Parts: sequence; structure tokens; C-alpha cells
Amino acid sequence: MTQIPADYRWPHKHLLGLEGLSADDLRFILQTARGFEDVSTRSVKKVPVLRGKVMANLFFEDSTRTRMSFELAANRMSADVLNFSSKGSSVSKGETLTDTARTIEAMGIDVCVLRHHLSGAAEQLSRRVKCSVVNAGDGQHEHPTQGLLDIFTLCKRFNRDDFDMTGLTVAIVGDIAHSRVARSNVHGLLKLGAQVILVGPPTLLPRSFADLGCELSHHLDSVIPRVDAINTLRVQFERISGQAFPSLREYATFYGLTARRLANAKPTALVMHPGPMNRGVEIDSAVADGPRSTYLEQVANGLAVRMAVLFLVTNAKPVEPATP
Amino acid sequence: MPPMRVLANDERLNELVGDLSEAVARDMSAARSRGDNAKWALIGIRSRGDVLARRMAERIKPDLVGTLDITLYRDDLSEVASQPIVRPTEIPFSLDGVNVVLVDDVLMTGRSVRAALQLLMDLGRPKRVWLIVLVDRGQRELPICPDHVALDLSGSAEARAARGPTIGRGGGELAEAVASDERVAVYLRPTDERDAIVILPAKAKGAGAA
Repeated sequence: MTQIPADYRWPHKHLLGLEGLSADDLRFILQTARGFEDVSTRSVKKVPVLRGKVMANLFFEDSTRTRMSFELAANRMSADVLNFSSKGSSVSKGETLTDTARTIEAMGIDVCVLRHHLSGAAEQLSRRVKCSVVNAGDGQHEHPTQGLLDIFTLCKRFNRDDFDMTGLTVAIVGDIAHSRVARSNVHGLLKLGAQVILVGPPTLLPRSFADLGCELSHHLDSVIPRVDAINTLRVQFERISGQAFPSLREYATFYGLTARRLANAKPTALVMHPGPMNRGVEIDSAVADGPRSTYLEQVANGLAVRMAVLFLVTNAKPVEPATP
Repeated sequence: MPPMRVLANDERLNELVGDLSEAVARDMSAARSRGDNAKWALIGIRSRGDVLARRMAERIKPDLVGTLDITLYRDDLSEVASQPIVRPTEIPFSLDGVNVVLVDDVLMTGRSVRAALQLLMDLGRPKRVWLIVLVDRGQRELPICPDHVALDLSGSAEARAARGPTIGRGGGELAEAVASDERVAVYLRPTDERDAIVILPAKAKGAGAA
């Protein structure tokens, strides 16, 4: 069993990405998430732990599931929630992110959940406000709660109760270059001991990922038999400018997950998708709705993971600097 | 550092658990003879009450056994110095109409019990709730009163002497004084390496207990 040290303390006031966390940090979030799972099964689906605290959802980019998941997580912990979306707001009048956040913070909020189209927006914000900041996706950088919920789902399915993923191989398939989901998954999976294979067309697969310790491949069919899970990314039409691949049909032919392709996978191999799905492009309906798919489990697990994250960042105790 | 005082070891602790179990068993049969046929659940508060509840369950065979994790219901989260650890609450059954025996190791301020009661109510509507503790060390801050105590250390020396043994063979000669800055700790296998009830001296910096 991989144990979290007995004197471990969660030190982070913000969750900006998985890159900056230690393996113990990751395990502690996931262990905490397990403690939150049963809240959603009770007759009263609410705990009083964040009573009197306020969470603001600052969404400068479209999102349904992530925003709703954070909102429900906060509600289940008895926090009050403010929802902000950039559409029809003061942003269209030219207000900057920092001014928007500071204005909302002045209303007395404790934690700010930020989705923004610019990479690094969450970190920038965290330096300018006093409240906790949770990154809910910043440009092409990270989407840490998605990475965490994917890892949580894998550990549950493969009975890794100590969140040690040694011996598991995970393929991430698709538009790696533009994907914050891929980046968060890569950092989290590698820290917990999993092997990561990134698969995609050369135009969407930066070589720099090899330096992190990932294996790179352009050939999905040769990768499928080796992996325990395939995380299929959404083709992000809104982020791809110019022609990254000749046509959707060609992409689907080479990288789409079909039942035929999966016939070569291990019997236990799982198929994950962060949603929303483009059925018939990166994933076929038969696969998305099939027995290997963890799609809906991921949504449920996301709730527990986000509750854990909100609980931890709002209760973080600064670690005293070690005296030499 | 002054040494810790041992109040009970394996055999004595086993006796005390036996006393508690008998007391609960008497409550159960009394209820049944009154025509109360509701199910009985033994529910321990993490992280020693759950072990205690399982031990008692081996003796009295209740209908249901469960565990509460009260971390999310504590009223002192912003004050505690150590890292609070959230673990699952394990009540895989309905509490509606069930006789619940809440089990904890040490009763002091009553705040844990307050939190546990709130959590119980969020889980369902028990018929009645009893409170059973291994040790009552006094210093209550809330109006919480246990139904059965194996080792009662609360109150003044006169009060303890007048009270005599609390249950069966318990209490009596063991009811010694605990200073307000001392800590009563219960160790139970398999969570701990041994079975014991001890009084730990006033907390010196860096002196942690298991």
C-alpha cells in the first residue's frame, strides 16, 4: 500500500493545475473525494461543512457540465453560489478579468472558480485576489478537476484504493496540442505512476510531451491492445484554427473509437470521454454507450472530486516554513 | 515529561467492553419485552468508536452495524491545527424507524456527539438514539448525557466516590481524577497496536499520541 505520510497537511489555497502538486497532494484529494461520495446517496444530500461560505463561478467561456458540477458540489456543502458568465456582462463593456474578479470578491466570496480562454488566467487571478482560486479550465493549459476525476474513475474501476497507478497504461487520443484535459491528465497520471501514451495526428501532437515521460504515437490501432484505458478527447472545432487534419471523416477513420477497433483491446480496457461528445467523430455511439464506457461515472465522480477540492482549498492551512 | 497513567489494558478493557455490551443487550431485551420490534443498529463514530461498535456487535449481534465520519459536521474545522481527514460514512441501510446505539470511545465536550446526531438526522429518522461511551471524562460543553458509560471519570472526587461503579464491574477503584489539561486516549486493535485506556500528560510540544 502506498501511504500518505501521517503528518501530511494540505498546503494549497488554490488549485491551479496538477503540474504543481505532489503525488501525496493528488492522493490526498482523491482520498478526500472518496469521503464525499456517500453524501450524494443520502436522503438529505447536503453536509454543513461550507455553511456561510460563498463560491463564485466565473465563467468566461461556455460550459455546462463543469459549471453545474461545481455549483452542485458547492450546494451539497451548504455554500452559497454566485454565477457569473461573460455573456451579457460588464466584460462586454471592456472590464478586465482582474477588475471583474475583484469586484465580485468585494461582495465577500471565499472561493472563485474560473474558466477562461487564456492559458494562465487562473494563476494570474490567484495573485490578485485574497480568496481561493480553483481553475476550471484555462485556455490550453490545465483543467485540473477533470484530470482528477478521470484518475479517480480509473482508480475506482481498477481497485487502486491507495491511488497508486503503477502498472496501468493509459492512452489519451486526439487533439493533444489544444487540450487542457490532456495536460492535466498527463501530469496527474505520471505522478501517480501510470504510463501514458499520447495518440494523435502529427499536427495535433507536440513532441515536447515526450520530455515529460509520455510515449507518443500516431497509430491508434497499434496502441489499443496495450492499454488499460483510452481517454478520447473531444475534437475542439472552436480551438483549431486552420486545417489540422484534412477532414473530419479522415480523423474519424484514423482516430475514431469504433467497436471494431476496440475488438483488439484488453477485455478489461475502459473508454473514457470528458464530454461533450461528438458522436461519430472521435467516438462511435456503440462505444460511448457500451459496457467499457465510463462516461456517466466520470460525471458522478466529478461531483465528489469537486467537493473534495472546494473543501480542501477553503480549509488550507499555510505550512510554516521549515526552520533549518 | 511525566509518565502516562494506564487505566486499563487488554483484559480490563475487554471486561469494560463486556459491561457495555451487556448494558445494551439489556436495553434491547427490555425494548422487545415492551413490544418494540424495531431493528437495532450499532453505529460507531470514527476513528475509535467504529472499532468499539464492531467489537460490541460480535457480542450482542445487533441487526445492523455502521460507521459515522463526522468531519464534515464538526464545528471547529477552522480552529483545528491538524489536517482534518474526510473518510466515508458507512451506513448501507435505512435508519428510518431503527433503534440506534451511538458508540464512541471518549466523551468530553459533547461536540462530536452533537455532530454525530446531526449527521444521523441527515441520514434518516431513527426511532430512538442511545449514547454509549467507554470513558466519560467530563468537561461537557453541551447538554449531552450518555445512556451507559463503562468508565466514568467525570465529576469531583466526592461525586465519583458517591457514585461507585457505573456499570457492573466497571468504575469503582478506577475512577481517578483527570486534570483538565490531561488527555484520555483509548487504543484499540487493529487501529492501534494494543488495547488500552490511558491518561496522557498535558500536551508538551511535539508529543503526539497514536
